[in-house]
Amino acid sequence: METTFTPLASLAGGIMIGAAALLLLWLNGKVAGISGIVGTAMTDFSPASYWRWLFIAGLLTGGAAGLYGYVGADEIVLRASTPVLIVAGLLVGFGTRLGSGCTSGHGVCGIGRLSPRSIVATLVFMAVAIATVFVQRHVLGG
Amino acid sequence: MKQGIAALVAGVLFGLGLAVSGMLIPDKVLNFLDIAGHWDPSLALVMGGAIAVTLPGYFVVTKRERPLFAEGFSLPAATAIDARLLGGAALFGLGWGLSGLCPAPALVNIASGFGDVLVFVAAMLAGMLLHRALKL
Repeated sequence: METTFTPLASLAGGIMIGAAALLLLWLNGKVAGISGIVGTAMTDFSPASYWRWLFIAGLLTGGAAGLYGYVGADEIVLRASTPVLIVAGLLVGFGTRLGSGCTSGHGVCGIGRLSPRSIVATLVFMAVAIATVFVQRHVLGG
Repeated sequence: MKQGIAALVAGVLFGLGLAVSGMLIPDKVLNFLDIAGHWDPSLALVMGGAIAVTLPGYFVVTKRERPLFAEGFSLPAATAIDARLLGGAALFGLGWGLSGLCPAPALVNIASGFGDVLVFVAAMLAGMLLHRALKL
Protein backbone atom coordinates (compact mmCIF):
# COMPACT_ATOMS: atom_id res chain seq x y z
CA MET A 1 0.00 0.00 0.00
CA GLU A 2 1.23 3.49 -0.83
CA THR A 3 1.71 5.87 2.07
CA THR A 4 2.00 9.64 2.03
CA PHE A 5 5.11 11.58 3.03
CA THR A 6 4.53 13.04 6.49
CA PRO A 7 7.59 15.22 7.14
CA LEU A 8 6.28 17.31 10.03
CA ALA A 9 4.66 14.50 12.00
CA SER A 10 7.64 12.22 11.46
CA LEU A 11 10.09 14.92 12.51
CA ALA A 12 7.96 15.75 15.58
CA GLY A 13 7.68 12.07 16.52
CA GLY A 14 11.42 11.63 16.04
CA ILE A 15 12.12 14.58 18.33
CA MET A 16 9.84 13.01 20.96
CA ILE A 17 11.70 9.69 20.68
CA GLY A 18 15.03 11.49 20.97
CA ALA A 19 13.76 13.48 23.96
CA ALA A 20 12.63 10.25 25.67
CA ALA A 21 16.06 8.71 25.12
CA LEU A 22 17.79 11.83 26.41
CA LEU A 23 15.54 11.93 29.47
CA LEU A 24 16.42 8.32 30.35
CA LEU A 25 20.15 9.05 30.11
CA TRP A 26 20.02 12.41 31.89
CA LEU A 27 17.86 11.20 34.79
CA ASN A 28 18.76 7.50 35.15
CA GLY A 29 21.99 7.15 33.18
CA LYS A 30 20.46 4.45 30.97
CA VAL A 31 20.41 3.92 27.22
CA ALA A 32 16.95 3.62 25.62
CA GLY A 33 17.61 0.51 23.56
CA ILE A 34 14.30 -1.32 23.35
CA SER A 35 15.65 -4.76 22.45
CA GLY A 36 18.13 -4.59 25.33
CA ILE A 37 15.52 -3.36 27.80
CA VAL A 38 13.02 -6.07 26.82
CA GLY A 39 15.58 -8.85 26.49
CA THR A 40 17.05 -8.10 29.90
CA ALA A 41 13.68 -7.48 31.59
CA MET A 42 12.55 -11.01 30.68
CA THR A 43 15.45 -12.65 32.48
CA ASP A 44 16.54 -10.19 35.21
CA PHE A 45 14.03 -9.74 38.03
CA SER A 46 16.44 -8.07 40.46
CA PRO A 47 15.47 -4.71 42.02
CA ALA A 48 18.09 -3.00 39.84
CA SER A 49 16.09 -4.06 36.80
CA TYR A 50 12.61 -2.88 37.82
CA TRP A 51 12.95 0.37 35.88
CA ARG A 52 12.89 -1.71 32.69
CA TRP A 53 9.37 -2.96 33.43
CA LEU A 54 8.23 0.59 34.20
CA PHE A 55 9.77 1.84 30.97
CA ILE A 56 7.98 -0.95 29.05
CA ALA A 57 4.71 -0.16 30.87
CA GLY A 58 5.08 3.48 29.84
CA LEU A 59 5.98 2.54 26.27
CA LEU A 60 2.89 0.33 25.95
CA THR A 61 0.63 2.95 27.57
CA GLY A 62 1.90 5.93 25.58
CA GLY A 63 2.01 3.84 22.42
CA ALA A 64 -1.55 2.54 22.89
CA ALA A 65 -2.80 6.09 23.52
CA GLY A 66 -1.10 7.23 20.33
CA LEU A 67 -2.30 4.20 18.38
CA TYR A 68 -5.96 4.79 19.22
CA GLY A 69 -5.87 8.58 19.61
CA TYR A 70 -3.80 9.46 16.56
CA VAL A 71 -2.82 6.60 14.23
CA GLY A 72 -5.90 4.40 14.19
CA ALA A 73 -5.50 0.65 14.73
CA ASP A 74 -6.77 -0.02 11.17
CA GLU A 75 -3.43 1.26 9.89
CA ILE A 76 -1.61 -1.68 11.47
CA VAL A 77 -1.67 -4.20 8.65
CA LEU A 78 0.94 -6.93 8.28
CA ARG A 79 1.26 -8.11 4.68
CA ALA A 80 3.41 -11.17 5.31
CA SER A 81 1.97 -14.65 5.86
CA THR A 82 1.96 -16.16 9.34
CA PRO A 83 4.95 -18.47 8.72
CA VAL A 84 6.98 -15.54 7.36
CA LEU A 85 5.99 -13.42 10.37
CA ILE A 86 7.15 -16.15 12.73
CA VAL A 87 10.52 -16.36 10.96
CA ALA A 88 10.76 -12.54 10.87
CA GLY A 89 9.93 -12.28 14.57
CA LEU A 90 12.58 -14.86 15.48
CA LEU A 91 15.14 -13.03 13.32
CA VAL A 92 14.32 -9.65 14.88
CA GLY A 93 14.47 -11.02 18.43
CA PHE A 94 17.58 -13.14 17.97
CA GLY A 95 19.38 -10.67 15.70
CA THR A 96 18.88 -7.63 17.92
CA ARG A 97 20.25 -9.52 20.93
CA LEU A 98 23.19 -10.98 19.01
CA GLY A 99 23.98 -7.56 17.53
CA SER A 100 23.37 -5.81 20.88
CA GLY A 101 20.79 -3.37 19.59
CA CYS A 102 17.99 -2.36 17.27
CA THR A 103 16.70 0.81 15.65
CA SER A 104 16.56 2.61 19.00
CA GLY A 105 19.70 1.33 20.73
CA HIS A 106 22.03 1.56 17.75
CA GLY A 107 20.10 3.95 15.49
CA VAL A 108 19.05 6.63 17.96
CA CYS A 109 21.19 6.23 21.09
CA GLY A 110 24.38 4.75 19.61
CA ILE A 111 24.59 7.20 16.74
CA GLY A 112 23.79 9.92 19.30
CA ARG A 113 26.99 8.97 21.12
CA LEU A 114 28.86 8.61 17.81
CA SER A 115 29.64 4.97 18.61
CA PRO A 116 31.41 3.41 15.59
CA ARG A 117 29.80 0.04 16.45
CA SER A 118 26.33 1.55 16.32
CA ILE A 119 26.99 3.46 13.11
CA VAL A 120 28.18 0.24 11.43
CA ALA A 121 25.30 -1.82 12.86
CA THR A 122 22.75 0.74 11.68
CA LEU A 123 24.22 0.80 8.17
CA VAL A 124 24.14 -3.02 8.07
CA PHE A 125 20.57 -3.52 9.25
CA MET A 126 19.32 -0.68 7.03
CA ALA A 127 21.13 -2.09 3.99
CA VAL A 128 19.90 -5.65 4.61
CA ALA A 129 16.32 -4.45 5.22
CA ILE A 130 16.40 -2.37 2.01
CA ALA A 131 17.78 -5.35 0.07
CA THR A 132 15.12 -7.64 1.58
CA VAL A 133 12.28 -5.33 0.55
CA PHE A 134 13.83 -4.92 -2.90
CA VAL A 135 14.01 -8.67 -3.48
CA GLN A 136 10.55 -9.25 -2.10
CA ARG A 137 8.81 -6.47 -4.02
CA HIS A 138 10.82 -6.14 -7.21
CA VAL A 139 12.48 -9.50 -7.81
CA LEU A 140 9.97 -11.99 -6.43
CA GLY A 141 7.22 -9.43 -7.09
CA GLY A 142 4.61 -9.05 -4.47
CA MET B 1 11.13 5.75 43.21
CA LYS B 2 12.40 8.75 41.24
CA GLN B 3 14.16 6.40 38.82
CA GLY B 4 10.98 4.39 38.35
CA ILE B 5 8.89 7.48 37.58
CA ALA B 6 11.57 8.77 35.22
CA ALA B 7 11.59 5.43 33.34
CA LEU B 8 7.80 5.42 33.14
CA VAL B 9 7.67 8.99 31.80
CA ALA B 10 10.44 8.30 29.27
CA GLY B 11 8.54 5.19 28.14
CA VAL B 12 5.28 7.11 27.67
CA LEU B 13 7.04 9.82 25.65
CA PHE B 14 8.83 7.19 23.56
CA GLY B 15 5.55 5.39 22.82
CA LEU B 16 3.74 8.62 21.89
CA GLY B 17 6.67 9.57 19.66
CA LEU B 18 6.47 6.26 17.83
CA ALA B 19 2.77 6.82 17.16
CA VAL B 20 3.16 10.44 16.01
CA SER B 21 6.15 9.59 13.81
CA GLY B 22 4.40 6.89 11.77
CA MET B 23 6.82 4.17 12.87
CA LEU B 24 3.96 2.00 14.13
CA ILE B 25 2.62 1.58 10.58
CA PRO B 26 4.37 -1.37 8.88
CA ASP B 27 3.39 -0.16 5.38
CA LYS B 28 5.13 3.14 6.08
CA VAL B 29 8.27 1.38 7.29
CA LEU B 30 8.36 -0.93 4.27
CA ASN B 31 7.77 1.98 1.89
CA PHE B 32 10.69 3.79 3.50
CA LEU B 33 12.86 0.73 2.86
CA ASP B 34 11.51 0.43 -0.72
CA ILE B 35 13.76 2.96 -2.41
CA ALA B 36 13.03 1.47 -5.84
CA GLY B 37 9.25 1.70 -5.41
CA HIS B 38 6.85 4.31 -4.01
CA TRP B 39 9.49 5.58 -1.62
CA ASP B 40 8.17 7.28 1.51
CA PRO B 41 11.13 9.15 3.05
CA SER B 42 9.22 10.01 6.26
CA LEU B 43 11.18 7.66 8.48
CA ALA B 44 14.48 9.34 7.61
CA LEU B 45 13.02 12.33 9.43
CA VAL B 46 12.10 10.20 12.44
CA MET B 47 15.68 9.08 12.83
CA GLY B 48 16.97 12.55 11.92
CA GLY B 49 14.71 14.23 14.48
CA ALA B 50 15.70 11.76 17.19
CA ILE B 51 19.42 12.07 16.51
CA ALA B 52 19.11 15.87 16.38
CA VAL B 53 18.13 15.59 20.05
CA THR B 54 20.39 12.75 21.24
CA LEU B 55 23.58 13.94 19.53
CA PRO B 56 23.90 17.33 21.28
CA GLY B 57 21.94 16.13 24.31
CA TYR B 58 24.11 13.10 25.04
CA PHE B 59 27.22 15.24 24.55
CA VAL B 60 26.10 17.67 27.25
CA VAL B 61 24.65 15.07 29.63
CA THR B 62 27.65 12.73 29.59
CA LYS B 63 29.88 15.67 30.57
CA ARG B 64 28.07 15.68 33.93
CA GLU B 65 29.57 13.69 36.78
CA ARG B 66 26.49 11.50 37.17
CA PRO B 67 22.84 11.31 36.15
CA LEU B 68 20.28 13.17 38.26
CA PHE B 69 18.74 10.09 39.93
CA ALA B 70 21.49 7.43 39.66
CA GLU B 71 25.05 6.84 40.79
CA GLY B 72 26.55 6.65 37.33
CA PHE B 73 25.99 6.27 33.63
CA SER B 74 25.50 2.74 32.25
CA LEU B 75 26.84 3.07 28.73
CA PRO B 76 27.75 0.13 26.49
CA ALA B 77 31.46 -0.61 26.87
CA ALA B 78 31.99 -2.78 23.78
CA THR B 79 33.95 -1.24 20.94
CA ALA B 80 34.75 -4.22 18.68
CA ILE B 81 33.11 -4.37 15.28
CA ASP B 82 32.96 -8.16 15.21
CA ALA B 83 31.01 -11.00 13.61
CA ARG B 84 28.35 -10.94 16.35
CA LEU B 85 27.60 -7.26 15.72
CA LEU B 86 27.54 -7.62 11.95
CA GLY B 87 25.71 -10.96 11.92
CA GLY B 88 23.15 -9.79 14.47
CA ALA B 89 22.50 -6.57 12.57
CA ALA B 90 22.11 -8.51 9.31
CA LEU B 91 19.63 -11.00 10.82
CA PHE B 92 17.68 -8.14 12.36
CA GLY B 93 17.63 -6.28 9.02
CA LEU B 94 16.27 -9.38 7.29
CA GLY B 95 13.48 -9.78 9.84
CA TRP B 96 12.69 -6.06 9.75
CA GLY B 97 12.51 -6.06 5.95
CA LEU B 98 10.26 -9.13 5.89
CA SER B 99 7.79 -7.70 8.41
CA GLY B 100 8.10 -3.92 8.67
CA LEU B 101 8.37 -4.29 12.44
CA CYS B 102 11.32 -3.52 14.69
CA PRO B 103 11.12 -4.24 18.45
CA ALA B 104 9.50 -1.08 19.85
CA PRO B 105 6.69 -0.71 17.27
CA ALA B 106 6.04 -4.46 17.47
CA LEU B 107 5.50 -4.25 21.23
CA VAL B 108 3.32 -1.14 21.00
CA ASN B 109 1.22 -2.73 18.24
CA ILE B 110 0.17 -5.47 20.68
CA ALA B 111 -2.49 -2.91 21.61
CA SER B 112 -4.05 -3.34 18.17
CA GLY B 113 -5.07 -6.81 19.34
CA PHE B 114 -4.45 -8.27 15.88
CA GLY B 115 -3.48 -11.94 15.94
CA ASP B 116 -0.62 -11.64 13.47
CA VAL B 117 1.00 -8.91 15.57
CA LEU B 118 0.78 -11.16 18.62
CA VAL B 119 2.35 -14.03 16.65
CA PHE B 120 5.21 -11.76 15.58
CA VAL B 121 5.83 -10.48 19.11
CA ALA B 122 5.74 -14.01 20.57
CA ALA B 123 8.31 -15.11 17.98
CA MET B 124 10.44 -12.02 18.69
CA LEU B 125 10.49 -12.66 22.44
CA ALA B 126 11.26 -16.33 21.75
CA GLY B 127 14.17 -15.24 19.55
CA MET B 128 15.51 -13.08 22.37
CA LEU B 129 15.24 -15.94 24.86
CA LEU B 130 16.81 -18.33 22.36
CA HIS B 131 19.83 -16.04 22.12
CA ARG B 132 20.02 -16.03 25.90
CA ALA B 133 19.71 -19.83 26.10
CA LEU B 134 22.47 -20.38 23.54
CA LYS B 135 24.74 -18.05 25.57
CA LEU B 136 26.17 -16.47 22.44
